[in-house]
Amino acid sequence: MESLLTLPNVLAALTMVALNAYVLFGGADFGGGVWDLLASGERREQQRELVTHAIGPIWEANHVWLVLVVVLLFTCFPPVFADLSILLHIPLSLMLIGIVLRGSAFTFRSYGSEHDAEQRRWGRVFAIASLLTPVLLGMSIGAIASGGVGEALVLSRTPETAGFWRLWVVPWLTPFSVGIGVLALALFAFLAAVYLTVEADDEGLREDFRVRALWSALAVFVVAFAVLLIALATDTHVGSGLTRSAWAIPFHVATGVAALWTIWALWARRFRAARVAAAAQVTLILWGWVLGQYPYIIPPNETISAAAAPERTLNLTLWALALGAMVLFPSLAYLFRIFKGRPEAFERMR
Amino acid sequence: MYCNPPAGVTSVSDLLAARSQMGMSLAFHIIFAVVGIGMPVLMVVAESRWHRTGDAIYLDLAKRWAKGTAILFAVGAVSGTVLSFELGLLWPEFMRFGGAIVGMPFSLEGFAFFTEAIFLGVYLYGWDRIAVGAHIAAGTIVAISGAASAVFVVIANAWMNTPRGFEMLQGKPVNVDPIAAMMTPAAFPEVLHMVLAAYAATGFAVAGIHAFLLLREPGNAFHRRALAVALLVGAPAAIAQPFSGDISARYIARWQPAKLAAAEAQFATEKGAPLRVGGIPYETARETRYALEIPYGLSLLAFHDPNAEVKGLEAFPDSDWPPVAPVHFAFQIMVGLGTFMALVAIWALVTRWRKRQLAENRWLLRAIAIAAPMGFICIEAGWTVTEVGRQPWIVYEIVRTADAVTPMPGLVVPFVVFTILYFFLGAIVVWLLSRHVLGSPRVSDVEPEPLAGSGA
Ligand code: HDD
Ligand code: HEM
Ligand code: HEM
Repeated sequence: MESLLTLPNVLAALTMVALNAYVLFGGADFGGGVWDLLASGERREQQRELVTHAIGPIWEANHVWLVLVVVLLFTCFPPVFADLSILLHIPLSLMLIGIVLRGSAFTFRSYGSEHDAEQRRWGRVFAIASLLTPVLLGMSIGAIASGGVGEALVLSRTPETAGFWRLWVVPWLTPFSVGIGVLALALFAFLAAVYLTVEADDEGLREDFRVRALWSALAVFVVAFAVLLIALATDTHVGSGLTRSAWAIPFHVATGVAALWTIWALWARRFRAARVAAAAQVTLILWGWVLGQYPYIIPPNETISAAAAPERTLNLTLWALALGAMVLFPSLAYLFRIFKGRPEAFERMR
Repeated sequence: MYCNPPAGVTSVSDLLAARSQMGMSLAFHIIFAVVGIGMPVLMVVAESRWHRTGDAIYLDLAKRWAKGTAILFAVGAVSGTVLSFELGLLWPEFMRFGGAIVGMPFSLEGFAFFTEAIFLGVYLYGWDRIAVGAHIAAGTIVAISGAASAVFVVIANAWMNTPRGFEMLQGKPVNVDPIAAMMTPAAFPEVLHMVLAAYAATGFAVAGIHAFLLLREPGNAFHRRALAVALLVGAPAAIAQPFSGDISARYIARWQPAKLAAAEAQFATEKGAPLRVGGIPYETARETRYALEIPYGLSLLAFHDPNAEVKGLEAFPDSDWPPVAPVHFAFQIMVGLGTFMALVAIWALVTRWRKRQLAENRWLLRAIAIAAPMGFICIEAGWTVTEVGRQPWIVYEIVRTADAVTPMPGLVVPFVVFTILYFFLGAIVVWLLSRHVLGSPRVSDVEPEPLAGSGA
């Protein structure tokens, strides 16, 4: 067994850290769109306004995490980027349409129009795109995790016999990947609701999002359980990793603890604690997938080390990341301090 | 390491659709990207002038420009994301081949995007939340990181034109050196020309709009100041552009002679080649008709020597020719409009230098208004020269475009879908900008309105 701390493994892990950040920050922005769509009750308009305020200054920065994932993938694992782009052409293209519509509709709504009817129309586009995009992202990940993409990769060596459907559609349109898509949506909505409890500056609004957070925690639990059952029933690659490996049990326990902790904190109105716990829960789920398919990057055949770029490229990328992080983290801290700090902090800053 | 690509048969029409989708997406993105490079400079200049002089009109100017920039920047960010996926969705074999070699500038670009997006958020939403000095500093960082993203992505493109930093062994790249790949000879001329293009195009577009409005309302102090700030950024860049273009032309004469031959519609290899103005290239007849020929002009421009030998397209096998007509026409358009912009810029600077009021000279205002779209047209044309002129290669003389395309069938579908999407977005952006940003304030009511969406 080779050592864990190889250069390819480190870069694969850092790529996943970028994806993790995208899920925690960008994912919550999509979740905000879901709550815009589902706004209800007497404070419907305030709910929408809170979402807009929370997303406005930061969504473009949060979005760059996804770009970083793409860039790291094609620099450090070029064949993986190529093969995923080929076989997931359809869901990724659809996801891109969602990304384009979400971002532009949000901006058109905030900056464009003063007319209510028009604002509502852009709000609709924004909300629906926020709903569909996470599902497509989740389906693409599900297609990788289930081994569907990896199997299509083998089939694609003889495209004549494989046919359009089996190559380009079946890998990502399985019950398992649809399940992961729905799970991604539930997780993003859950994150957003939890974060919004912290950001709300009004008791009523905070309660609204507390209730939403609790319901979506339940939804996450149900969907995750269903996906696990599907994974076991259809014998997917990640399913066996998640149940049979040595680390599986402690990992499930940790995830469960985080989930219960979130629910407890929401229940006790410890909103800051809930935010940390929810982020931990989502992070653990993501890394459960990563560990579940280690050492494969596209299971069942392609490994991280076999797909990695030459050592010099990996080395330089590592340096670039270190340098970039030195610029990035202080800047991000500054951004979040300005817009996400406590209200009293604003007063002092003025 | 590089496992075999999934086999597939790509039809000619799929290749055409992929190229059209790539070209369309880039042509769309570049408009917004250029605005993202140029506008922060304009906003920072205006805001600093307000800070120095206390003239509230400058602050209003900065805020209005910021509003437009917010819309344009968002579209730039999402269309750029589409592009980074499209590199794989459309050209997976290019990325399989080149990812490890040319990924470096893209990674660095990623961090430039981060700083740009972060400080743009601070700038747009932070008017009332941070001190003026910090606000101007944030704008300055946006301007610097916008230029930095252009530098990095154009270095990646330069590598496609003059690939370096690896050796070929049995059709695979070995001894990969990403630093050497970034030091490719095309990098300097392309980066210089592109960054100048961004300032020239945004400066002139903004100046042109305000010049047009000044023709209708000559006394408006708002437009006068806007015109001055925009020309301050646009005019020097426009004057520098023909010189930088000359550097580019000499570089392609040396490194990509087929591209130069196509741009000049030069079929025969000859000493003392003429410079052609206009003319229609006939590829099958291998000659260019109806052109105004300036003797020795091309040899002089490309090599600074009237008798230098210029390679014509005939020196290359037919299968390595780029499409001649589009490259030639695009080049003519760029040079023609670029020359016009440079002349107008000189005129404006001379007027200014002689202490005349720019806004008083109606002919100058008309010329600036006409030049408003020209920078953007030049940018589209210039990229057509670079990209179509590189054909049939995606990595010059190493990988053919036809070998890089995805085996995915039915590529017309995404092409049509994204085209419709982008046309729709483009139309909305134009409509929103014209309705909300161009409305000219009266001098009396310039008291800045709070920015929509700004918190606090
Ligand atoms: C405001 C925009 C603008 C203006 C006024 C000009 N250009 Fe340009 N040109 C560009 C914007 C541009 C561009 C879009 O930015 C390109 C595409 C690739 C690049 O590096 O710059 C370009 C490419 C480009 C190339 C091809 C470089 C390559 O393939 O790598 C040449 C030879 C020139 N230009 C030459 C000129 C000349 C002689 C000009 C004289 C007036 C000129 N350009 C004006
Ligand atoms: C932003 C301005 C740009 C424009 C307007 C532009 C335009 C185009 C066009 C028209 C094509 C199709 C070529 C053909 O069909 O003959 C193309 C292809 C392509 N361009 Fe660019 N390009 C731009 C910048 C870039 C940059 C910066 C990169 C690099 C990273 C790039 C990478 C590509 C690739 C990969 C293709 C597909 C392969 C090919 O046809 O050569 N382009 N581009
Ligand atoms: C010469 C051509 C290009 C220039 C000058 C350029 C420049 C820029 C600039 C300045 C931005 C900042 C956003 C904005 O102002 O709208 C941007 C955004 C972006 N560009 Fe480009 N770009 C070019 C081509 C490309 C290509 C070929 C790709 C993909 C491979 C790409 C990917 C992106 C991405 C992903 C973003 C979004 C970043 C964000 O979320 O803020 N660009 N580009």
